[in-house]
Amino acid sequence: MKGNEALAEAAIRAGIHAYFGYPITPQSEVLEYLALEMPKRTKLLNGQNGVLLQAESELGAINMVYGAAGAGARVMISSSSPGISLMQEGISYMASAQLPCLVVNVMRGGPGLGTIQPSQGDYFQATKGGGHGDYHLPVLAPASVQEMVDFVFEGFRLAEKYRTPAMILADGALGQMMEKVTLPPEHSLPYPEKPWATTGKPKSRERNIVTSLFIEPERMEEINLQLQHKYRRMQQEVRYETIETADAEILLVAFGLSARISQKALELARERDIRVGLVRPITLYPFPTEIIAAMSHRVSSVLTVEMNAGQMVEDVRLAVNGHCPVYFKGRMGGMVPSPEEVLAEIEAIDAQVEKSV
Amino acid sequence: MNTSHEIIIAGFGGQGVLSMGQIIAYAAMMEEKEISWMPSYGPEMRGGTANCIVIVSPARISSPIITQFDSAIVLNQPSLDKFGKAVKPGGLLLCERSSILSPCARTDIEIFSVPAFEEAQRLQKKQVANMIVLGAFLERRPIVSPENVLKALKKVLPERHHHLLPLNEQALQRGKELAHECTNVTAQ
Repeated sequence: MKGNEALAEAAIRAGIHAYFGYPITPQSEVLEYLALEMPKRTKLLNGQNGVLLQAESELGAINMVYGAAGAGARVMISSSSPGISLMQEGISYMASAQLPCLVVNVMRGGPGLGTIQPSQGDYFQATKGGGHGDYHLPVLAPASVQEMVDFVFEGFRLAEKYRTPAMILADGALGQMMEKVTLPPEHSLPYPEKPWATTGKPKSRERNIVTSLFIEPERMEEINLQLQHKYRRMQQEVRYETIETADAEILLVAFGLSARISQKALELARERDIRVGLVRPITLYPFPTEIIAAMSHRVSSVLTVEMNAGQMVEDVRLAVNGHCPVYFKGRMGGMVPSPEEVLAEIEAIDAQVEKSV
Repeated sequence: MNTSHEIIIAGFGGQGVLSMGQIIAYAAMMEEKEISWMPSYGPEMRGGTANCIVIVSPARISSPIITQFDSAIVLNQPSLDKFGKAVKPGGLLLCERSSILSPCARTDIEIFSVPAFEEAQRLQKKQVANMIVLGAFLERRPIVSPENVLKALKKVLPERHHHLLPLNEQALQRGKELAHECTNVTAQ
């Protein structure tokens, strides 16, 4: 299946009640697929057909998500880079109001309206909050069409467990490419209780209020402390994959499509007897700091590969904390580094290490 | 085949290069192989040049984006100019004959061309030229079995066109024959 279609199918199987969106390349297939399938295959909490709505704009769409999530619905929204920027206000409101939802960013080249080709230029935006205020989203970075499916389930699990918007950070290539997938059974993701949702006030309890407005600073600080406590708890959700790290002398760190390209470069390097390993962060927030810190004591150098000007490399440097040199290889604006380009970088680093021995 | 095979298929939008790649990918999937299909999806989808990279492998595929190919199938001159040099030494370059004005001069790869557009016109349906090329390619590089190619064709061709299945099969068959009739260009 195509990445975007696989993700949309996974959303149906995860039992979404509602999807709001606004078309933008390279993820319009998500909306198109759901428009065909959702009315037939999804139901609301009250038994009516699931809601799919193409809003008048990204701002409209994200605020519809806010409303649906506040009413306790399992809700997803997807877009690509410029559209996600437009949604940041709503995402910040939901982080503050502590509402679960799944936001999918199929990144394209920027800044600005940019290009429709794949990019990873939104790493900072995704992992450092994105909108205003002190908040983070759990961020999952798929590297295959299978993970486009799996992370819909994982994204909702995290969002609902921690009452927060969660994000899938993919890119245009993952959205457009086809690979084999195994789909989970329909409705196999249980619905948690949402006692906080605004579903109508019974006599037995006080009103539920969903808001992000806490005008008294004492109360606002309390909310912030709650959020920070939540982010500390979220650190246990960190996930990553290691490939051939046992004997590695040079460590690659890359996520998403860059990790696939880096793995090919790793294979080419190993054919040339250069011992290369790869750490692929799967959660970008929380970031797999510990494994990279531990590896930095065992390798001669670290090379971070991204489709941007160098964003994740800052988190890698914080993790390495000066224990070894950290290099960066990136392409920008919708250009994708080739495995050979990454290999050339590895060979240059290897030559330098040889010289210094 | 027990080794992986990396293919680029390129031409103008509308020639069916993406479908050719999908057919190979689906057929390989039916044979329990790992596959990836990566299309170019830019403005070229609307009539310019289009291409897709297909990788068929017995093992997990690392990068779906590569720059060196075991085989290149090109249906126009710009694609030949771009991907003729990206074929690995010993690899295969398959061209549509009437589209190529200046042929590839390399001697370290196998080059052959099929008159697919001409043959498609003979079959009264120029849209099946891509199936003729695909038939010829699979005869030279039997990556997937002919039965599975037919099954994959059924999957890729929208149902409203299923009355054209026999014609597409005929085109695949014609391609297969042409693979034997057409000598390698390298020799010329």
